[in-house]
This record gives sequence, structure tokens and C-alpha cells, in this order.
Amino acid sequence: MTTFQKSTLSPTNDLQVSCPLPFSRSNLIRLGHGSGGKLSADLIENIFLPALGNPILNQMDDAALLTLADHKLAFTCDSYVVNPIFFPGGNIGSLAVHGTVNDLAMFGAKPLWLSCAFILEEGLPIDDLQSIVASMRDACQQIGVQFVAGDTKVVNRGQADKIFISTSGIGVITGQQIPKANQAKPGDTVIVSGDLGLHGMAIMCAREEIELETEIESDSAPLHELVQSLLAATQSLHCLRDITRGGLASVTNELAVASGVGIELDECLIPIHPQVKAACELLGLDPLYVACEGRLLAIAEANDCETILEALRQNPLGQKAARIGRVVEDHKGRVVLRSQIGGKRILDKLSGEQLPRIC
Amino acid sequence: MKFLDEYRNQALAADLVSKINQAATKKWTIMEVCGGQTHTILQYGIDELLPANIHLVHGPGCPVCVTPLEQIDKAIAIASQPSTIFCSFGDMLRIPGSKYDLLEVKAMGHDVRTVLSPLECLTLAQANPDKLVVFFAVGFETTAPANAMAIWQANMLGLKNFFVLCSHVTVPPVVAAILQSPHNQVQAFIGPGHVCSVMGLKEYESLSRHFRVPIVVSGFEPLDLLEGILRAVIQLENGEAKVENQYARAVNNKGNDQAQTILQDVFVLADRAWRGIGTIPKSGYKLAHKYRQFDAEYHFAIDSLKAEEPAECIAGKILRGLAKPYECSAFAKTCTPEKPLGATMVSAEGTCAAYYKFAKFSLAQN
Repeated sequence: MTTFQKSTLSPTNDLQVSCPLPFSRSNLIRLGHGSGGKLSADLIENIFLPALGNPILNQMDDAALLTLADHKLAFTCDSYVVNPIFFPGGNIGSLAVHGTVNDLAMFGAKPLWLSCAFILEEGLPIDDLQSIVASMRDACQQIGVQFVAGDTKVVNRGQADKIFISTSGIGVITGQQIPKANQAKPGDTVIVSGDLGLHGMAIMCAREEIELETEIESDSAPLHELVQSLLAATQSLHCLRDITRGGLASVTNELAVASGVGIELDECLIPIHPQVKAACELLGLDPLYVACEGRLLAIAEANDCETILEALRQNPLGQKAARIGRVVEDHKGRVVLRSQIGGKRILDKLSGEQLPRIC
Repeated sequence: MKFLDEYRNQALAADLVSKINQAATKKWTIMEVCGGQTHTILQYGIDELLPANIHLVHGPGCPVCVTPLEQIDKAIAIASQPSTIFCSFGDMLRIPGSKYDLLEVKAMGHDVRTVLSPLECLTLAQANPDKLVVFFAVGFETTAPANAMAIWQANMLGLKNFFVLCSHVTVPPVVAAILQSPHNQVQAFIGPGHVCSVMGLKEYESLSRHFRVPIVVSGFEPLDLLEGILRAVIQLENGEAKVENQYARAVNNKGNDQAQTILQDVFVLADRAWRGIGTIPKSGYKLAHKYRQFDAEYHFAIDSLKAEEPAECIAGKILRGLAKPYECSAFAKTCTPEKPLGATMVSAEGTCAAYYKFAKFSLAQN
């Protein structure tokens, strides 16, 4: 039963009505959590600030005040709508931090500040939100970045799927080398930092409830340190991309087009996790199109190939780094794959989405 | 990986290619029947490795591609009814009907779902007693037994809200139709390995005898196909015409007894229309009378719909092995996997989609 405290109302007094806040009784997100009122404040005080707070965010102003000396900045934005929101190896929160940080890192930038907007569906268990925010905190601490701005909206049940996260990120570029998509040159070597497809297949197996003997875990991880060690090891890093949606095939196609060169890949050299390979065979998918969230592709001068591989392999995230191909003059804008049995075919961009084969 | 890499061994592949080179003294045209085989051939660049006098043409063995337009329109009509949960394998959702496809029906707010097994539909039907759960059963003799099993189980469970829109087809009649066509160019077949693992070799032995044509039943890995092609070439060169089983690790003479038994219990043979080819007598399955209560066509009483194919699409010629995708004026121009004119551009196993995916248009043009 709702009770009202006896109050001494006078024209000068604020209304002192104490209605027990539903927050303490219900574990679900409700529309009120996005109202900008008490419930919103509770969410900020009880969930967001304890996990993500820092001197800049704690100011709670309409914008974050950032100060930097005369530096080049990298700025990126991204959004996360992954389903399911919890998956082996991570959740939508850690993924959002890693993904944003990796976009900055691919530019050779040191990630510093992030912003984050949550779109929550009415009915989301607050415990789930708390776990997601906790893993964002852990990811930020591991990387050394801060959330300096944030926002929360709540929409009616059915108008979003549990939780969507939209981020932006700022990083500072301290070195001279800025890898770009249009800098690949014929003769360059093509390197990946590890085995491919773990994130995509982890999500697919979790979504479709496919049970394999050993669970596939997402490779979601921050790549900024790997990039810093690459930049320290070589002066000839031409292109750098994290291998996300669309997998290796899509990234190599983008670089071939942007640089106006051909890329030749050797299927035998491409590291693919055996579990991913098995799951792909089962579902009729091509692992070269499956997403990663903790792998990068580097294109650099061929002479530096061994140095780069060595630098990558020093980091746990780069232990399975491998040279997988080279940049060529021919077939400009196209990627050609030498198949396992020696035949050649063009590795094209993905058309639509991959669907399971039916026989 | 075990049981995969063995069949993708480069040295063994090179050896088979050189044997095909030695064996083939004349020009031969060979058709692989299955869409899965077409996919492997293009994925591994097998066609590029073969000598120029071996001409591979791609057969009608993609169930998604040969499902007639009228049937897709029926599926769309059923899926658009309120209180229906329409279930299908993924590929079928993208096949264009006369006006739109099943994915668009889903986008309009109807309940259209992808399932990986027909048995999932039984669980759905039990969990949603106030809904009508309809499964779009397509495919050859490979997918038919599992679909028959779903109908059999639904009967045992006494389900009243589970239905099957049946569009099953069978391989031997369409192989016969291709061989009887006056324009036929096919001299030997790479037979459908997985279909034969269910049905055995008997039907193919009669085809081979009747039409005097070599049939080598083969698997789906690169070495399977190269070996199948080699054996077909040797038969052609020697003037032989018999059935050989390259895929002995999965196929035996008799096939799978249990699967055949359930097929015979649940289905009866029926005339079926094949997209791009026409109606072939007794070339598919429909539900037997005693299972009629599960037949979606009977329950929903959808009038037969009149559907017209886009005039530009030459899928029919492609499915009969009379044309290659890049010979079509629409290929990779007005017809792409994102906006397909015909079904052969939709499924991963469709010839046009495989040519598009493995970018054969540019190789042909360059």
C-alpha cells in the first residue's frame, strides 16, 4: 500500500511527498527510468556512477570538459545491438568498449575518452544492466579509458530488444605513423593477428542454441596494445583494420578497393579456429565472412614481415599471428583466394547475409 | 580438420587433375546434379583446374531453385494469414514470389521464422496451441525423411495445429527429363551423393541402362568431385555406361531402409511443377491420404495462383545445363543476390548465386 508521510505544506516549502520508489521493489527497467526524474537519478547514482564514475563524469554537466595539448585526435562512433546480449566470452557492454577502442586503435591512436548512450527496453532486468555496466567498467580499467559522457532512454516493451548501446570515442595520436585504408602497395605483405571467426560463431551458436562439444568463446578484446607494439616494431605499417562484420573477406575487399591494388590470399595460410571450422561446415557458412572482435589485419612492407609477426606474437592476443597473402599489381580492387586444393577464385564482398544451407 | 582436410589435399588434387588430363582425349560434357556439388566446384576453383575439353554444366539439384513460383506465392498467402506461424529453412525466405518474398512478409509484421529442423515446428505447435504452425517442406530425398518424421510424430502427438506445405521433389525423374530433352548436351552425370545415401543406387542403375549414360555417384568435397569426374571421363572414353559409387563412405546399394520406410508411409508420388523446367509426372511427393489433416494446401484451401516469371530470367535453361549464368543479359546487372529475378540467384546452391559469389562474371568478361 502506498503511504504518504505527513507533511507540513506551506507555499514556501517544497512538496515533501515520499512515495516508496518502485526501484527498491522491482528489478525491472520501467519507462520511468528514462523520465529524467527520480528513477533516472537512481539509475545514475546506483548503477552508472559507481561503475563508470571519474572526475570528469562525476561533474554531471551537460557536456564533458576535456583538455588536451596540441595533438591530432581520432574520433569514432559505433552502436551495439547484439543478440543475445550475453554470450560466451563477453556481453554487449564489454563488446561496446572493445569495439570503440579498437576503431581508435586502428588509427594508431591511444584511446582516452568514451561516451555512451543506453537505449533500454521496458522490462529489462536491472541485474542484467548491472552486469553489463560492470563489464564495461572492467574493460575500461583494463584499457585505461574513461566514460566522460552518457545518456539513458527507456522505450516501451517491444520497441527495442532489451538494450542497445551507442558509443563514441576520442583518442590521441602521438606517433607519426597513421595507418590508412588507401596506403597498401604492390609487394606488401598481408598479416592477421590470430585465428578467425570466434566472435561470429560464438554469437551464432548462442543465438541458435547450437551445442558443440566445447563451447566457442568470443574473441572480443581490446587491440590498442597490440597496435602500439606494431607501431614500435615497424615504420612501414601501411594499413590496419580490425576484422569485424563481414570477416576477412570484407576487410580485404575494402582495402583492395581503397588502395587500388589487388590482394592475393592463400587459404592454407589463413588461421581458423578448428571449432569455428567445424561449426561453419555444419551450418554451411564460410569462415572467411564470419566476424571477429579481437583480431586485426595489417598490411606492411614485405621486408618487415618477420619483425611484425614477432612483435605480434609477444602479445597473448597475437600468438597465432600469420602471414596470409600479399598485395599485387594485378586485378586491382579485387581479392583472389588460392584455394586449399590449388584452384583460384575471386573472394567477393558478402551479398546479403550468410544463411544456413538447406541440404 | 579430421575427415575434411583429407578430402582437400592439394597434392592428391593435383594428381587427380593430371589423371583427368591424361584420360580425356575428346570433348565431354558432364553435369553435376547437386547444388552442393556446384558450390564446391566454384568454391575451390575446380572448374579452373580442369582441362578445356571437360565441360561442366550445373544441374537442377537445388531444391530452393526448382520450387515453382506458384508454390512461393502460396507460402506467402498462408504466412500472411493472422494467427499463423510460418516456418521455413533460411534460403526459402529470400525467394522472390510474384510480388514479394517471405522476408518482406515478416517485415510487414507476420510471424515468419527460420528453423534448422522440421521437428522444431512440433515444439512450436505445442507451445502455441492458439496458433497454426506451418512448415514449408522443400527439398529432395535428402530432406524428405526428416520432414516425413515430423508429420509422423505430429500424428502420434495428435497435434491439430501443425501443417506442412509440401513441395518435395525427387531426382531421377528430372535426370530423365534432361536426357529426353531434344537439346540435351549432357553425356555423363556426377550423381547426387546424399540423395543416394537415402535412396540407394537402384534408380540410377535403371537410368544409366535406359539412357546408356555414365553416372558416378559422388560426394561433396573437392577430391570426391575430382575423382567422380575422372571416373566419368574414363567411362566416356571407354564407351561404357554404368553406375559407379565414388561416395562409398556414405552410400550403399540399398540406401537407408528406415528413411525409405517412413517416406513410403507418409508420402505418395505426385506430379510436380519444376521452376524453369515445367511439370514432370511423378517427380515429387505429396502427403498420403491418411495424413491429409496435416496438408497445408488442404487445410488453408488456397486457390491455385497464376504466377508469371520475369521474361528476362533464363533460370530454366541454366537448370537444364543449356546456358551459363554469364550468358544471361540480366546476370549481375538487373539480377543480383540482393535483388534476384529468379531462384537460381537466391540459394547458396543456386548456380547463378554461386557464379555471382565466386565472381565468375568478371573472369568471363576479362
